[in-house]
Amino acid sequence: MRERKGIIVFVAWRELRFARGRFLLIGAVVALITLLVGFLSGLTGGLAAQNISSVLQLPGDRLVLQQPESSDPSYATSSLDENTVTAWEQADGVESVTPIGIVQSRASASDTDDPTGVALYGLPQHAPGTQSNPLFDLAPVRDDEVGVSTGAADDLGVETGDTISITGTDFTVSVVGDDLWYSHTPVIVLTPEAWSEASKRVGGTGEATVLAVTADADWEAIGAATGTVAETTLASLTALEAFRSEIGSLGLMITMLFGISALVVGAFFTVWTMQRAGDMAVLKALGATTGSLVRDSLGQASIVLIAGIGVGLAAVIGLGTLAGQALPFIISPITTLAPVVVMAVLGLAGAAFALRSVTKADPLTALGSNR
Amino acid sequence: MIQLQNVTLTFPDGENRITAVDNATLRGNNGTVTGITGPSGSGKSSILAVAATLLRPDSGGVLIGNGSDMTDAAQLSKHEATQLRRERIGIVFQQSNLLPALTAREQLQVMARLGGGTSRNKRAKIDARVDELLDAVGLTEHAGKRTHQLSGGQRQRVAIARGLVHEPEVLLVDEPTSALDQERGAKIMELISRLTHERDTATLLVTHDLAHRDTLDDLVTVLDGRITTPVAGRALTR
Repeated sequence: MRERKGIIVFVAWRELRFARGRFLLIGAVVALITLLVGFLSGLTGGLAAQNISSVLQLPGDRLVLQQPESSDPSYATSSLDENTVTAWEQADGVESVTPIGIVQSRASASDTDDPTGVALYGLPQHAPGTQSNPLFDLAPVRDDEVGVSTGAADDLGVETGDTISITGTDFTVSVVGDDLWYSHTPVIVLTPEAWSEASKRVGGTGEATVLAVTADADWEAIGAATGTVAETTLASLTALEAFRSEIGSLGLMITMLFGISALVVGAFFTVWTMQRAGDMAVLKALGATTGSLVRDSLGQASIVLIAGIGVGLAAVIGLGTLAGQALPFIISPITTLAPVVVMAVLGLAGAAFALRSVTKADPLTALGSNR
Repeated sequence: MIQLQNVTLTFPDGENRITAVDNATLRGNNGTVTGITGPSGSGKSSILAVAATLLRPDSGGVLIGNGSDMTDAAQLSKHEATQLRRERIGIVFQQSNLLPALTAREQLQVMARLGGGTSRNKRAKIDARVDELLDAVGLTEHAGKRTHQLSGGQRQRVAIARGLVHEPEVLLVDEPTSALDQERGAKIMELISRLTHERDTATLLVTHDLAHRDTLDDLVTVLDGRITTPVAGRALTR
């Protein structure tokens, strides 16, 4: 015989309709918090992409940076001389080493004096593990050519075949590729030799700043011997100062909003279920099981949360699409669905705190106090 | 039929215990309304709470049923007692205790959904009885009204219909006229009496108001937790 959890839809739905003002209010609060969390997540994702999208394309098992004596490694200050590169190439277990140069500078289209901040990458045309790699697809063949990311091409107003000026030297745009960024500047890729000269012209050493290493090696030992540190790509992102500070503060805001969301929803349902305690006692006295009443309460909270979060998510997608034209904003599963799931789980956790009023409701109180 | 056999109920009071029900024996037969009266604090509502399985007595039995289908409610677990209330006991509270979000019809329909796992057949059976009972208590035209749209007497009539919609063997009624004036109180008592006789229900009714004693089939008095005298002469105290 088919059985159903009937009381959930029966009482919960009718209470939602009966007290629609209160539920609309809390639903609106949930929607607003979802909008805030979703918008911050999209913005965080967009800022992160503008910081690290090119770094995430670097090949190898680990990325090697200079380890300063008294500070943390940094992409901005790392410099690896020939001896260090050779030491890594000759270390036990190392299969391949790709020296890469990164430096931030300015570039301008040849017919303008309006410079744009760019990130200059010095990359060889081919390196192990770079097949179908959008960053290496930009690597030019000749020293007087550059590969330009979409962002840089848009900022400079150039296309393939145009000429741009970098640190006083003219380059021909050989290819316009994917939208890749480094520390909020769009990427332009030069040959290693051309990059080394450009680095020197902006006050650098002309030496590689990061090594992409493929190996089955004792990373710490080699790092200690060469004054370097080898990190996975994700771990190396902490060596990007702008990324670390931005993501840290935005992440803290998102975490706090999650906490506020759980508190608000929990507080609402605590007060609401306390007001319902008398009804719960009556239903128990009439024969309702505690389990069915708990499902009823959680079902009610779920309906409010799903509706509120749904409206909030729709607003995030709508407003995010508009904002994406002016702000670094990314709409993706990780910036929309992930926060939404966390919101729903935390909201339900908050509502679950209120269940004590349900489980502890004494059916005897329905009989009144005169006995 | 419901029968309380030598029921004793005590409550803690500091290091001692207060006796609320003292070796009470009481029988409510099918198709009869048995009144339980007595002064405030005498223990009459405690007897009702024991009969409703809301309080477990220190000793004694609470037999519910007929013939071979007899259950001692005093021996049931909490879960079993809840199921017994849901299926075999109807309760009408002193206050109507209706759910404010539900209409009169829904107050009755909810009884089919209390278990959280009620079968579709049982739900359909109860749903089919809802209109019949609303008609029996004279509320057909008010079936779509919510609690705040009903008068005190109408609320109590809905509560009575709710107590009977699942066709319980036992109906327990607590001071049903305490919030009503004389005229409405009399109508409610007549309604309970009529439905009890029509449906062959064993009804225990707690009251301190004897103005409507002619609607009772039996009447017992409770004093200091003891069932003392059968006022109407037909009550069974053993």
